[in-house]
Amino acid sequence: MEKEAGRDAAAMRVDDPWYDALASGWGELDGAGGFMPVGPPGPVAPQSSHSAADIYLEVQRSAVFQDVRRRYRRFVVPATLAFVVWYLAYVVTAVTAPGLMARPVAGAVNVAMVAGLGQFLTTFLLTGAYTRHARLRRDRAALDLRWETQEMTRGIGR
Amino acid sequence: MSGNHQTLALLLFSAFIAVTLAITTWVSRNRHGSAEEFYAGGRLFSPMENGFAIAGDYMSAASFLGISGLIALFGYDGMLYSVGFLVAWLVVLLLVAELVRNCGRFTLADVVAARMTERPVRIAAGISSVTVSVLYLVAQMVGAGSLVALLLGGTSNAARSWTVIGVGALMVIYVSFGGMRATTWIQIVKAVLLMMGATVLTVLVLVHFHGNVNGLLTSAAERSGHGLKFLSPGLKYGGSWTARFDFISLGLALVLGTAGLPHILSRFYTVPTARAARRSVVWSIGLIGSFYLMTIVLGFGAAALVGSADVRASNPAGNTAVPLLAVVLGGGEGSAGGTILFAVVAAVAFATILAVVAGITLASSASVAHDLYASLRRPGRKQHSEVTVARVAAAGIGVAAIALGLVAQDLNVAFLVALAFAVAASANLPVLLYSLFWRNFTTRGAVWSVYGGLIPALLLVLLSPVVSGSPTSLFPGVDFQFFPLENPGLVSVPLGFLAGWIGTVTSPEPPDAAKHAETEVRALTGAGAV
Repeated sequence: MEKEAGRDAAAMRVDDPWYDALASGWGELDGAGGFMPVGPPGPVAPQSSHSAADIYLEVQRSAVFQDVRRRYRRFVVPATLAFVVWYLAYVVTAVTAPGLMARPVAGAVNVAMVAGLGQFLTTFLLTGAYTRHARLRRDRAALDLRWETQEMTRGIGR
Repeated sequence: MSGNHQTLALLLFSAFIAVTLAITTWVSRNRHGSAEEFYAGGRLFSPMENGFAIAGDYMSAASFLGISGLIALFGYDGMLYSVGFLVAWLVVLLLVAELVRNCGRFTLADVVAARMTERPVRIAAGISSVTVSVLYLVAQMVGAGSLVALLLGGTSNAARSWTVIGVGALMVIYVSFGGMRATTWIQIVKAVLLMMGATVLTVLVLVHFHGNVNGLLTSAAERSGHGLKFLSPGLKYGGSWTARFDFISLGLALVLGTAGLPHILSRFYTVPTARAARRSVVWSIGLIGSFYLMTIVLGFGAAALVGSADVRASNPAGNTAVPLLAVVLGGGEGSAGGTILFAVVAAVAFATILAVVAGITLASSASVAHDLYASLRRPGRKQHSEVTVARVAAAGIGVAAIALGLVAQDLNVAFLVALAFAVAASANLPVLLYSLFWRNFTTRGAVWSVYGGLIPALLLVLLSPVVSGSPTSLFPGVDFQFFPLENPGLVSVPLGFLAGWIGTVTSPEPPDAAKHAETEVRALTGAGAV
């Protein structure tokens, strides 16, 4: 895991948003995955009359943003539930069923030891899964939205 | 302990102080004195640097000395700390790190205040952040005190007190002059030292048992005097149902507290983007996870090689188990190897305390200056710059922490840290999660959830056996104990969430949909992030 993170960190200088932001030119609205408001198209509202609040509401309602939010929640909600339940189950079992936890598995290693080390293992695995999911499924779309939103709010008194 | 121990340890420790002071001078040579620079180090650290710094901020003396000590004394029950301290990072990674980086500028209050009426929310979040930080500081000060007590023979109370004062003075210097940049580099140096120290000891323990973990566990169980019970839960938190609920309460506080610690949250502002914040957390999870695995080996190692009875004789709370283990691993009392290893461990632990203390002081001075001073100052009075106020605040917090640290010298360090975690989980986490994820959250809800978690948590500690009514409590002479649990988390964390919910549903003002949209869009995309 640390090795992987190290490689990522080395590659990061190239593809991190902070570094490529200015070079890539922001606000390419017509690219794939562009910003498209959902809901009634409505009369063409002149951009200049929008306040920052309207822009954020409009972005929040857009399909692209809702997609990013859905992807984030679809991963994070079940994952959080899973690790919280697993951790609480571990803690509660330790106090309510010490007999079960003391059952030997191999030599001096008992169920409690295995469960404790299992917590370490699942933490590492979930960390890996989350970063992979975020990198592949969310980062690009979120970054595009960021520049588009900033482009829209530029020059508006907030 | 012999004179050689002391001389070598003091030499190593002086070297660390010299290096860190040099770092402080170096990074502040052309400082601009801007808030961005002082609180966030210019926001240009790389994820790897920040990951090491987060690990350095987090792996406190409580972990190194306290957890290993608890394992050496109580076996498996001490392991819960290791597990809880690590699993807590999943909360940070999944729910907090990226979103906080995107929404805030310097403190926790920034994230909440962006959606709410600024003044009351800032004051509430500022007060709770400072409270958590001071509690955490006290734990570190106690760690410093007991370490020196061991180093200098354990008899001199004056030496202990002077150490606490010295550590406090140094941290004020680091923070006031170096700001976040110096603090970060000190954390990084410390994290590297601590990882190396822990790795060396762990390898020596494993070599001593020829890589036979089973043998290590078996002899730990034998030397502990508890037999096989030592390896399963129940020694410390078995017995009565009160003790069992205490265990659950502790587990809850550990796992939910980390995401509410002000000095951890402020670290995410030192990297340029949310993505970099995520990568820093991955680095720190790797480092912290391997470190806590090593503390388990060290704890059982201390039980096996030093023996629980000797550990308890040296320090009833177990804080000195690892230094004692180092002496044995190096070849025993009086040998050259023992002297060197002991000195190295003592110096590493000291470096750990100094670095953590600097990180917390910085975060709490930011809360004082950026949240409290900025909200409470009267218009028309002479205005001081925020950074100046923060520098002064660092000194004030230093004094408060020193005073409390002198009072609380006989409590276990890991246990004290758990109290700080409980308060953080009750007062800071509910408001943070509600602000980030709840559409209808209002100003009243925010204020209520902070105070509704903070006040019960503090009151319950005050009424608990920690403070009065038992032979081991802070004031054993009096008895106003009312609440049976040592850790308030089980009650106060739900209360914090409940208060936030009640405050919101009874709120006269409607929730601000536009502000919620802004927070949500900014949190998930990073638009407008500084």
